[in-house]
Amino acid sequence: MTSDSALGSIGRGLVLPVGLLLSWEIASHSGLVNRQFLPPLEHVGTSAWQELASGELVEALAASLRRDLLGFALGSSIGVLLGLLLGLSTIADRVVMTWFNGIKQIALLAWIPLISLWFGFDEMAKIAFIGLAAAIPVILNLVEGVRATSRKLIEVGEVFRFSRRQFILHLYLPAALPSLLTGLHLALIYAWLATIGAEYFMAAGPGIGGLIISGRERFDMDLVMLGILVVGSVGFLVDRGASWLERWLIPWGAASARV
Amino acid sequence: MSDAALRTTLEPRIPALAGLRRISLRIGEAAFRRLVKLGWLLILPAVTLPIWIVGTGHGWLPEQILPRPQDVLHTLRDMIASGELAQHAGYSLRRVAFGFAIGATAGLIAGSAMGLSRRVDDYVRPLFTAIAQVPALAWIPLAMLLLGIGEGLKIVVIAKAAFVPVVMNTSAGIANVPKAFVEVGETFRFTPLQMLRHVVLPGSVPPIFTGLRYGLTHAWIALVSVELLASSEGLGYLLVWGRQMFWLDTVLVAMIVIGVIGFASDKVLAVIEARLQRWRIDDVR
Repeated sequence: MTSDSALGSIGRGLVLPVGLLLSWEIASHSGLVNRQFLPPLEHVGTSAWQELASGELVEALAASLRRDLLGFALGSSIGVLLGLLLGLSTIADRVVMTWFNGIKQIALLAWIPLISLWFGFDEMAKIAFIGLAAAIPVILNLVEGVRATSRKLIEVGEVFRFSRRQFILHLYLPAALPSLLTGLHLALIYAWLATIGAEYFMAAGPGIGGLIISGRERFDMDLVMLGILVVGSVGFLVDRGASWLERWLIPWGAASARV
Repeated sequence: MSDAALRTTLEPRIPALAGLRRISLRIGEAAFRRLVKLGWLLILPAVTLPIWIVGTGHGWLPEQILPRPQDVLHTLRDMIASGELAQHAGYSLRRVAFGFAIGATAGLIAGSAMGLSRRVDDYVRPLFTAIAQVPALAWIPLAMLLLGIGEGLKIVVIAKAAFVPVVMNTSAGIANVPKAFVEVGETFRFTPLQMLRHVVLPGSVPPIFTGLRYGLTHAWIALVSVELLASSEGLGYLLVWGRQMFWLDTVLVAMIVIGVIGFASDKVLAVIEARLQRWRIDDVR
């Protein structure tokens, strides 16, 4: 593609968003639309600035990210252990896998009432829920990766008389690495989603989700829009970061994550 | 007929008989294998159920943590008999059906336009990506401010959730129809309509269907989210209600029903998808 047509396609891509923002601004200033529903852009900007200056936004974001990462660490470690077990042991696979496939069909958020009954509304409950969200894709992808280990590699391991430990460390894990990374990538995406969900329903303590919910209760459109923008941006950055890391770690395995 | 006579009449047909025996053996084998699979499947409940029953029966596990399985079953039966469960599930299913129909139709139209025309794609893609990037869950509070908490909110949120994967898979599916096929069509001087019917559609149906399947899954998840946040009926509401009342049996029943419906609909679509894969035209190199 020549740079000229690339520029043209970027220009065309800007038409709709800019047009939309412009008509938003005009509608809001001309009084065609209630300002409570559609505050002028500069209002959203000022309230974003105020939130930033007061430190509330930063604090909420930091709390959310901390939760997100803790839940991710917990869930993905459990996921790696369970995934290895299910991938390597035929017995565990036969006994558990069908039940696991059934249970994963329960929409994730439907776990929140149960988890909040078990763990209450505080940090513990949120991290448990985020961990659950992160564990599922790790297990699924790791099981698939371990099972897809090539027969030839396994024969090589047998020739070398690998011990069980050597088999896992030097053969199955490296062979399953691309799938594992795909699983971890998905886990990062789900964990962020689960963080927002957990903060909506267990609205104790600071967090972006809590910020959005309180904005809705006060009919503070600026705050809600700001919160959504932050949620979307963090999700975007996490996804891009994980893709980049994946390519950097295993340039040969171009398996990109699908949601 | 005597035994010997029977044997003589059947003698010429022995190859056929042997074949029949083989078939019946194979059927038996399949049934046997299925039985073994079922056996493995039953191990987990066979171990956990007694622990659950004994544990809750002796009060080692308080009822606020885990109700007795008999109670869950009892609640399930009561809610089925009273029609309460069917009523809530009906609300949820209707919402998903409406929202999915709207979102998928819009997604098919937008996705086709983006897949067929490079220009349309240029115009629409960045805005679409921006909207898709924010999960349905995050849109809900904004949608609640704009639309209130009525039926409209649920339909819009579910439609958005279904829309995104349908657009992505439809546009990619159409744009990725092998160049070679398009060239064959051009050689035959196909009209645009013929091209669509004989080249583009057959080549892109499998990925489009994959998009629809994802769309339905996302729609179901969005339904649960929106019903948890803002609803006074439906399966998600049942969860909230049970939670508020500390009725764990109701919560568990609602979770089971949500899981079963999700599982069943995904299975059905997976079967259709597997059949459609035959349409796939992969390697022509």
